[in-house]
Amino acid sequence: MGKAVIDVPPKGGFSFDLYKRNAMLSKDGVQLPPFTKTGTTIVGLIFQDGVILGADTRATSGSIVCDKNCEKIHYMAPNIYCCGAGTAADTEAVTDMVSSQLQLHRYHTGRESRVVTALTYLKRHLFSYQGHVSAALVLGGVDFTGPHLHTIYPHGSTDTLPYATMGSGSLAAMAIFESKYKEGLTRDEGVQLVTEAICSGIFNDLGSGSNVDICVITKGNKEFLRNHLQPNPRTYVSPKEYSFTKKTEVLLTKITPLKEKVKVTEVGDAMEE
Amino acid sequence: MESTQANPGLLCSPEDSQRTLYPYVTGTSVVALKYKDGILMAADMGGSYGSTLRYKSVERMKPIGKHSLLGASGEISDFQELLKYLDELILYDNMWDDGNSLGPKEIHNYLTRVMYNRRNKFDPLWNSLVLGGVKKGQKYLGMVSMIGVNFEDNHVATGFGNHLARPILRDEWREDLSFEEGVKLLEKCMRVLLYRDRSAVNKLQIAKITEEGVTISQPYALRTFWGFSAFQNPTAGAEGSW
Repeated sequence: MGKAVIDVPPKGGFSFDLYKRNAMLSKDGVQLPPFTKTGTTIVGLIFQDGVILGADTRATSGSIVCDKNCEKIHYMAPNIYCCGAGTAADTEAVTDMVSSQLQLHRYHTGRESRVVTALTYLKRHLFSYQGHVSAALVLGGVDFTGPHLHTIYPHGSTDTLPYATMGSGSLAAMAIFESKYKEGLTRDEGVQLVTEAICSGIFNDLGSGSNVDICVITKGNKEFLRNHLQPNPRTYVSPKEYSFTKKTEVLLTKITPLKEKVKVTEVGDAMEE
Repeated sequence: MESTQANPGLLCSPEDSQRTLYPYVTGTSVVALKYKDGILMAADMGGSYGSTLRYKSVERMKPIGKHSLLGASGEISDFQELLKYLDELILYDNMWDDGNSLGPKEIHNYLTRVMYNRRNKFDPLWNSLVLGGVKKGQKYLGMVSMIGVNFEDNHVATGFGNHLARPILRDEWREDLSFEEGVKLLEKCMRVLLYRDRSAVNKLQIAKITEEGVTISQPYALRTFWGFSAFQNPTAGAEGSW
């Protein structure tokens, strides 16, 4: 009997099959293609009646801005939203997946989703991938137990905080929060503070830029303020239109209609359905 | 004959290197800004030995000559070495006895040259320096890094201060801050650093330099606030997190 290698389907979790090949390639000097990172500023804070989430809108691939106006505040449930920093594909995929899981869970239980449910789904998934799913999230929402704000790190640890920042611009935004946050903010004060924190990230961090997105979640209501502030407008637009000079002279214009190649004649019975 | 380009290990192998490879006792950020009458600078008094808070009364700001104030973060022994060089420089300047004295711009230039030349010899002084001063009514505030990068600005910060204090200063600094407003702004920055920099200590000094001279305050502590209701019972809704 020869050596029979039974092909077992992978059980799930990260497949390390290509690890050796990648290590060998990088030793030979081949660089990994730069993945689209959101090099970001995302923040959340708890105010009087609920949670306010904020994010910038720049997506970078290496040192190129690949999307000037992307959406980093992802929908999880009618009462829960999640901001994502890190690898764009990872944040999209993970929030989409947990959003679907939450919906199934809602059908199963017949109740509004709780923020801790989303938190647990996310942290279990991220931990099982040992940090390789590079998603750093700020999760916020209001459920029947009250407003909640959590941060989730790529390795799966979570924090429960009154105000939180993540991403490359997190220090700039946290400087604003640490100096100006107080409890019991009103909605307008909260939105103002979040805008200031995101602007601090936009103007002081190179990985963040463009516009400010805000999401205000209160009991039974949410407001998604896409591009709430646009502090980087395109100020100079050339008054001259783009015009391309015609390079080749047109000598002759002749239109030849294509002849029908096949003549269809109806003979016999029509095709049966 | 082996080419040193192909084998850089020949130039500086760790075994026989006498060069600074890593810092040992370090000071954290220094923050400084220009205000109406001169320069205000703040630094805490901690000297960390790796992750241990080893020395808690290190003065990281010193007056230089009549017109300048030097603050340093990074390796403390290299800062002390620099003070020796500057001592000698000021001594020679005084010996001329010609009524002129080295101003902040000159000291800044001297420091830049020293740092850059040491870096070229692969033996850097592991510091980020902040040099501020007033001479003949002209305010001057500059910074030199350990590789010799130097520039002048209305407000500067070293280390973590770049990420945490600079955004605040960019937002709130104005041309003629009064002394009280300047101190308040500096304290705001130092408080954020205290919260968010692991090597910061709550014992700081604020130094002021004006046309009249230098005053370095007595060490004092900042008031912090930890009373957020969310901190009382953080895992109320989420067992297992913290």
